[in-house]
Amino acid sequence: MIWQLDLAILTLVVIAAIGAIAIKDLLGSAILFGAYSFMMCLLWAIMGAVDVAFTEASVGAGVSTVFFVAAVFRTTRRTKD
Amino acid sequence: MVILTGALLIYAMGDFPSWADPASPAHNHVSPRYIEKSLEQTSVPNIVTAVLADYRGYDTMFETTVVFAAGVVCFFLLRIPRKDEPTVRRYRHTLTGMTIRVKETRQIPPVLEEFERIDTLWAPHDLIIKTCCRILVPFLQLFGLYVIAHGHHSPGGGFQGGVILGASMILLAISHDLRTAIGRMSERVHAILCPVGVFIYAGTGALCMVLGLNFLDYGALAGILHVDPVTARSHGILIVEIGVGLAVMATMIWIYNNISSKGKYDEGL
Amino acid sequence: MPDLITSIVDYYNYLIYVILMMIGLYAMIAKKNLVKKIVGMNIFQTAIILFYVSIGAKKGATIPIIQHGHGEGAHEIVPSVIEAAEYINPLPHVLMLTAIVVAVATLGVALALAIKVYNRYETLEEDEILAQIRET
Repeated sequence: MIWQLDLAILTLVVIAAIGAIAIKDLLGSAILFGAYSFMMCLLWAIMGAVDVAFTEASVGAGVSTVFFVAAVFRTTRRTKD
Repeated sequence: MVILTGALLIYAMGDFPSWADPASPAHNHVSPRYIEKSLEQTSVPNIVTAVLADYRGYDTMFETTVVFAAGVVCFFLLRIPRKDEPTVRRYRHTLTGMTIRVKETRQIPPVLEEFERIDTLWAPHDLIIKTCCRILVPFLQLFGLYVIAHGHHSPGGGFQGGVILGASMILLAISHDLRTAIGRMSERVHAILCPVGVFIYAGTGALCMVLGLNFLDYGALAGILHVDPVTARSHGILIVEIGVGLAVMATMIWIYNNISSKGKYDEGL
Repeated sequence: MPDLITSIVDYYNYLIYVILMMIGLYAMIAKKNLVKKIVGMNIFQTAIILFYVSIGAKKGATIPIIQHGHGEGAHEIVPSVIEAAEYINPLPHVLMLTAIVVAVATLGVALALAIKVYNRYETLEEDEILAQIRET
């Protein structure tokens, strides 16, 4: 495991997570959550867990983001917090 | 309070073995047996699929049940029809293009020739997106079937293939109307497919129990399929993966339909 | 002090996993919007799955698919002795597959509940909902 790549992707993951909960637009939060999910999938592929990476890529970055966007579409988009 | 929990976890972390140590206790007890024996006992090279569907098949059965239960809960939460407001529908005149008319009525008019029904937040008919998505959907479904069938030799298996199949129908619902997607795969079809997937799984287990061995021990299928017990386990894994894929696909489509239409199945994204 | 620095450098992976978990926990507890809480719950779940999968990694080992040949004679070309130290531990992968699918099912149910709450109270902020409950 190349530790430089590991550290770079881990930093991106933490930045995406902090961004997803601090942003005030709920649609942006859903998209950042999709990016976070993709970074997780890359981390697991580096560690050798190919089945888990495949499942997370299809479920987290695909279906889960679509559910979030559909729910935000049905409720409000702005938030005060 | 969060800092307190974080400090507690960091303190507990001091006890961990170093990164990727081959002698750490998670590796020593059961998993060497799985790695060494799975090929000669089940003839499936993908160890994760073999453990998931054969050695730990009971867990996977209940997980499929949990996914089915989540679909049912979404259905019960959102699908109750409410009659308190009159339905407001919008129609659009196709010949002159952009005349938008709002019509409030209690009686649903029959299919009109010049007017087509549009959603509340309607985007103009975009040819590129519709054509591209319509071409892409069969390839997506083929790839989903490939992933389910090749779970033995490459990463994949039942869940991943099922999610990809469901995502292909959700793509159809996003690019076209929700009504188009429901016209292709009606609500009754995918509400029936979901428990059929669970029943395939549990039925295979019950069949093994009827034929004499334990529950979910696929060696008992050797009598039906006329193969030796090792290959029978491989075929049993394939059958349960198909069941899992069906259940997951139907649940994904179900949850998406319920969330994106607030239960009324009229409008979508 | 240099002992602390070396121990941080040794365990930096676990440290970042704990930080991710704390971000998720903070979002679940301290944010007032319901959708933000749901996002925090999912961040927490995937961080825990990351932690478990990282337990199963081994130095210098390959992915848990037993190497075999391709083509028609594929069933005979397998290594004669399969070493357990050459392959990554598959047991955490199996458990985490179940965990991911349960996470997405829980996400579906949580979003359906959020839509129901919005239908009833016309808002998604927790303090406004509590104020509306206290009025009636």
